[in-house]
Amino acid sequence: MKRVSPPYFSTTAGAAGPNTGQFCGHCGDPSDGGPSTASDIHLRCRERLAMEPPRYCAACRRRMKVQVTPLGWSAECSRHGVLAP
Amino acid sequence: MTMQPDLQAKPGTILQTARTQVLEQGIGLSESQLLEILRLPDTELPAALQLAHEVRLRHCGEDVEVEGIISIKTGGCPEDCHFCSQSGLFDSPVRGVWLDIPELVKSAKETAATGATEFCIVAAVRGPDIKLMNQIKFAIDRINEEVDINIACSLGMLTQRQVDQLAEWGVHRYNHNLETARSYFPEVVTTHSYEERLDTCNMVKAAGMELCCGALIGMGESLEQRAELAAQLAALEPHEVPLNFLNPRPGTPLENQGIMDGRDALRAIAAFRLAMPRTVLRYAGGRELTLGDLGTREGLLGGINAVIVGNYLTTLGRPATADLNLLVELNMPIKELQKTL
Ligand code: SF4
Ligand SMILES: [Zn+2]
Ligand SMILES: [Zn+2]
Repeated sequence: MKRVSPPYFSTTAGAAGPNTGQFCGHCGDPSDGGPSTASDIHLRCRERLAMEPPRYCAACRRRMKVQVTPLGWSAECSRHGVLAP
Repeated sequence: MTMQPDLQAKPGTILQTARTQVLEQGIGLSESQLLEILRLPDTELPAALQLAHEVRLRHCGEDVEVEGIISIKTGGCPEDCHFCSQSGLFDSPVRGVWLDIPELVKSAKETAATGATEFCIVAAVRGPDIKLMNQIKFAIDRINEEVDINIACSLGMLTQRQVDQLAEWGVHRYNHNLETARSYFPEVVTTHSYEERLDTCNMVKAAGMELCCGALIGMGESLEQRAELAAQLAALEPHEVPLNFLNPRPGTPLENQGIMDGRDALRAIAAFRLAMPRTVLRYAGGRELTLGDLGTREGLLGGINAVIVGNYLTTLGRPATADLNLLVELNMPIKELQKTL
């Protein structure tokens, strides 16, 4: 599985980080699609993403396999690779 | 005579009683006394925390025990603990996943490098099967080869044979929480009983492992039930009590339970310390959400003498450096490793 760092998921790369893509990394619902990084309805999700890893791939909404360790975490989408802080 | 003078006299009374009984004589408060602590007005809270801190210093010392926890098997649990995002019975976004042993050993090394003396391996299961027990044995051997750290486990309910095996393999502490008061337990868990939890706790103690038995508060229990829980834990005499505050998880039956009030959380910390003057009382999950950054300091100056460093099992904690720097600032040395073989 390829390992990708968060910049891969930036909007400029066409894919999406946990709160910058087509889907919210916390709740999995579509982001509003506007130019802003998170719609109002996902503000709370964005706050939550500071305290927990994303659970949904922001590019395809697949639930990711998330591993949390004492000093790190990783989240793997079967299609889009591994996201790590 | 009106009730008013009585009500006003109570707070001072219970704190004075606690000073003599707990601080000087080392005897934990009873359930009814704990309820009085939990009912103290906000104005009395600083005095309660100060007393709990004095009790901790006198009966436990100034050291703080640092631990890292890790999930070897996440999600897909057949039990229905209503607070838990790892139950396979709820529509939770947490996916089932196993951690491989090299990652586990790497995490143990990183944890030890923070100064932590405890590394707790946790699995989301009702109880371990042969596959998990084999994984645990393998993990313990690899960690012991490469890392100087005490290994603890939390693998659900155990059989006597499993208790004996873990003790033989050198697991020095076993975590199995009561979670909530006996009277509230059926509201929170229906797939196993409180008595089954107690059975595992008692077997662990009898086998000579240290018992780590914790609480999760803020699940809608009453203050009476919170006092009941503290008294029930005290009766078990665990070596350690991790104190968790509910972090309502999406998809669980408790997802809409509000976050508990920070002052109630601090009252609970003081009460738990006054119930168990000699126990390792650990700040565990939910403290960041319930109490914010300041809460860590208030807890450490209010009866807490152990922390989980870094992240939890499925959520993130404060950066490890934030807690470690705070310990330096508070002049609280990290407890050193004392491996008993
Ligand atoms: S037994 Fe443990 S992992 Fe399973 S649902 Fe209960 S708390 Fe979660
Ligand atoms: Zn969202
Ligand atoms: Zn994806």
